[in-house]
Amino acid sequence: MSDASERTRIKSERYESGVIPYKKMGYWDADYTVKDTDILCLFRVTPQPGVDPIEAAAAIAGESSTATWTVVWTDLLTACDIYRAKAYFVEEVPNNPNEFFSFIAYECDLFEEGSIANLTASIIGNVFGFKAVKCLRLEDMRLPFSYLKTFMGPATGVIVERERLDVFGRPLLGATVKPKLGLSGKNYGRVVYEGLRGGLDFLKDDENINSQPFMRWRERYLYVMEGVNKAAAKSGCVKGSYLNVTAATMEDMYERAEFARELGSVIIMIDLVIGYTAIQSISNWGRKNDMIVHLHRAGHSTYTRQKNHGINFRVICKWMRMAGVDHIHAGTVVGKLEGDPNTVKGFYDTLLFSSLKENRSLGIFFNMDWASLRKCLPVASGGIHCGQMHQLTHLLGEDVVLQFGGGTIGHPDGIQAGATANRVALEAMVLAKNEGRDYLKEGTDILKAASRNCRPLQVALDLWKAITFEYASTDTLDFEATPTRSAS
Amino acid sequence: MTRITQGIFSLLPDLTDDQIKKQIDYCIRKGFAIGVEYTDDPHPRNCYWELWGLPLFDLPNSATILYEINECRKAHPNMYIKLNAFNNTRGIESTAVSFIVQRPASEPGFYLTRQEGKGRNIIYTLQSYAVQSAAEGSRY
Repeated sequence: MSDASERTRIKSERYESGVIPYKKMGYWDADYTVKDTDILCLFRVTPQPGVDPIEAAAAIAGESSTATWTVVWTDLLTACDIYRAKAYFVEEVPNNPNEFFSFIAYECDLFEEGSIANLTASIIGNVFGFKAVKCLRLEDMRLPFSYLKTFMGPATGVIVERERLDVFGRPLLGATVKPKLGLSGKNYGRVVYEGLRGGLDFLKDDENINSQPFMRWRERYLYVMEGVNKAAAKSGCVKGSYLNVTAATMEDMYERAEFARELGSVIIMIDLVIGYTAIQSISNWGRKNDMIVHLHRAGHSTYTRQKNHGINFRVICKWMRMAGVDHIHAGTVVGKLEGDPNTVKGFYDTLLFSSLKENRSLGIFFNMDWASLRKCLPVASGGIHCGQMHQLTHLLGEDVVLQFGGGTIGHPDGIQAGATANRVALEAMVLAKNEGRDYLKEGTDILKAASRNCRPLQVALDLWKAITFEYASTDTLDFEATPTRSAS
Repeated sequence: MTRITQGIFSLLPDLTDDQIKKQIDYCIRKGFAIGVEYTDDPHPRNCYWELWGLPLFDLPNSATILYEINECRKAHPNMYIKLNAFNNTRGIESTAVSFIVQRPASEPGFYLTRQEGKGRNIIYTLQSYAVQSAAEGSRY
């Protein structure tokens, strides 16, 4: 007979061994009073057929905090009720009887200070594969002031970036070097020079340009910096080109970042696929080296696009502002990539505002103060051209980098002409907007008038006048206006 | 000959006084303070042009600034002059609008010196033809 065979068991009924519903384990509390220091999550839940939505919400709260599938007595060694996340409100998603919005509150002490990796390991760790829910999407989060203060946020931010570049009162202009892959270092630098010389502020490596056989990273950096400096001399302006330092290891990335700094680049770039920890490391490096950090959101659509499962991009925007990148691609509305106008406005507000107000018609579900974390500059890139300048100005505002890749390099008279067309269109639109003109309505006329003094613009407008990408968005909002939250 | 493209409207034809007035009106509507600055050293990293007086706060209309721009033009007819507007809203507290309102008749621009560094590294220095050719005040 082993020592463990029979012992006296004294526990409350709640802690009898076995399986009990999560909502009875303490992960559902309809009367819970949210604390200012709680982290709040809103999940869109599609329970499996027959699963009660409240039980599903409680299960998500449990699996993303302290629970496992069965009762464990070791809970009793902890102040377990504090650490249990609490689902506190469930409501039906409008026009969708199979989906429910579940609000869950997490005690701040569940998370390590200043760590996106730790935060996400809980919030999106195991729970998205949980069998009792068919689909699950993290729609929004409220990060409390106290927790945000453990993050440094963007090292440079919109204001300081503008001061460093000496560009105020207009969107910044950029372009991605094309073709994405295959150019030699010397030819690549030519594209950079031409674009900057024509009037752009930035050129940019694409997400998948790292260090391939046709062009190793050092060759690219050296020729790009020749282009950057030569264009700066020709224009009398600060110019930059995002040098992508994405690589296989952190050691490689630091080596590339150091070289970029040595060459005098004002900006480096990373891809979202490097992971949250690497992003925070590079952000810290950027802070120590006065470097702007551009983030390309490579890979995000694999989990942000489908409405019923994954993570809404507005949550990624929050995490990346906390992680401390200075730029992030956040949609164009009118371009070739996914983006409903109000959804994209919600992303931009999330990145740029000092505090957020609940506004469901923009997909913002919580009030949230950003605790003075600096602003992250949204980047609009993908299938936009100068003929849309009035719409871009209207939809995206002043604090944005407008990136015309094909719209610069595809110009019939060359890259410089393409860049000039974009810059002239932009300046003409800002001039008209500030003059108080109805620039959205008169946009075409404003551009046409500007093109009389600028042949490259005239050529571009003629070439791309009919190009639009009008497809219905996959990721759309559930609320037209802002209803008040109904009682549970 | 080159054209320095600092400021918002450098790729458009030089703004007329009427166009400048409309931009000033915009800045006043937004509640910005407005200042005039001038220089004969427009190096892109020269972030401190000379102040033509202090920025003006709570302006009733554009006439005062237009007057100051014209006075500055009279005093420095062949220098760069720009208008800067400042936004003191919390979270911004920086320049909100900046554009050139006068240029010298001729803009010789900048040249690069290239110093061979380690490996293929080149150390670039951007220098102004005007600045290296003459002392301050007699460059353009």
